[in-house]
Amino acid sequence: MKLDRTKPEGTFVTEPDDDLIICRCEEITKGEIRRAIYDGMYTMTELKRFTRAGMGLCQGGTCSLTVRRVLAKELGLPLREIEEDTSRSPARPMEVRKYEHGGDEA
Amino acid sequence: MRADAVIVGGGIIGCATAYEMAKRGKSVVVLEKTMIGHGGSSRNLGGVRQSARDIRELPLAMYSIREIWPNLTEELGVDIEYVQKGGFRLGENEEEHQLLEMYTERSKRLGLEVYLLPGDEARAICPALSPTITWASWCPSDGHANPYLTTLAYYRKARELGARFITGETVTEIRMNRSRVGGVVTEDGTVYEGDNVLVAAGFASRPILDTVGIDIPMKLCINECMVSEKEEALFPQMMATAHGTFFVNQTGHGSFAFDATREIDPWVDKGEEINTPSSMAAETMSEGIRHYFPQMLDAKVVRQWVGYWDVTPDRVPVVDRAEEVPGLYIACGFSGHGFGLAPGAARLMTAWMNGETLPVDVSGLRHDRFECNLH
Repeated sequence: MKLDRTKPEGTFVTEPDDDLIICRCEEITKGEIRRAIYDGMYTMTELKRFTRAGMGLCQGGTCSLTVRRVLAKELGLPLREIEEDTSRSPARPMEVRKYEHGGDEA
Repeated sequence: MRADAVIVGGGIIGCATAYEMAKRGKSVVVLEKTMIGHGGSSRNLGGVRQSARDIRELPLAMYSIREIWPNLTEELGVDIEYVQKGGFRLGENEEEHQLLEMYTERSKRLGLEVYLLPGDEARAICPALSPTITWASWCPSDGHANPYLTTLAYYRKARELGARFITGETVTEIRMNRSRVGGVVTEDGTVYEGDNVLVAAGFASRPILDTVGIDIPMKLCINECMVSEKEEALFPQMMATAHGTFFVNQTGHGSFAFDATREIDPWVDKGEEINTPSSMAAETMSEGIRHYFPQMLDAKVVRQWVGYWDVTPDRVPVVDRAEEVPGLYIACGFSGHGFGLAPGAARLMTAWMNGETLPVDVSGLRHDRFECNLH
């Protein structure tokens, strides 16, 4: 999808529930996410990398859909136009020693 | 659309050059195929190092670290987690000792402050180093930063200063205007006009440059990383093995980040994307951890990812102005170690485009060095 990221006119407008925590693992608020979108983070990946929302212990399992909804609303797009957050291995946090050769038997 | 500079590629080089140009009041448009920092710019480990650099790119690394990196957080208004607490290259046998000696001697001749230390002296600086390490090179001005924050901070600031960014826009061709560059054309036929065009699109630069008869030989090599959850502070330095096969640092967030190359078949044939981490690289990283930093064996890995190196035949980048195509600039083929060089490369490109004196010598990084010549 072609996206022109030219900065819109006007300053950032706060909303009453901006201090609501959306990513519980990294304690990122709705306002921080909205601010990052205002600053040009227009994809789930950019938002995650810029704010750390979805980068904590649960890796976005809890907050990902809410972040997508905020992004869709701010960009004025339907939710289906916003790509899903990238899932990465491992599914659960796993000790380094388990990656060793034969580590799964240890 | 018309701009003073048309930049192909929204990686760290493209974003940083857009920032430097916009800071001078120049109009810039950045065209990016996927998203900001989609390639190596965000997937690397964040090394900002001079240790063990090829002498042709060392001046650019030294310039970037001396003049730009320490002020970047303030300049861009985002904490990019830059830590300048030195870097080690670790050796365990005579062959690695000789390699480290060669690296340090040739770097010192270019004025870099770097030392070759016996294992005990290295451990006096960093007690976390394994007792098996017999020699280490130590560069006090090396460090690391957060790669995606740095790339996105450049983007954010450039955009704030009026640089235009369009993503989902695939450039297919460079357009000439008589004997000089006139702009670029994209997949759907849109034309972006400009007197200066910078191609900084990693591996994808090759077919674009080919449309004006310039060929930069590159291959894609897979590299993999993993990152742990937040841990107690263990060391602030950038760590690497003598041969550069395994890298570790502890990020500003507190997690450990590891990087290794697949030992078997790391080359990608046709530029297709493989984004699935392999068990091979994870095993290499865990063996590296057992060997060099056994304290980390119980750290929990939360994420693995795959990235690519755009590797040139001599493993140093092309940072050049194409004399045969006036107005065309090239920055690609960084071969897996471009992140730390990017701020300097962007200043250099900006100086070139504005007809100013170059801040650093990059004559060893010319694009025509791969042409056939019989000595």
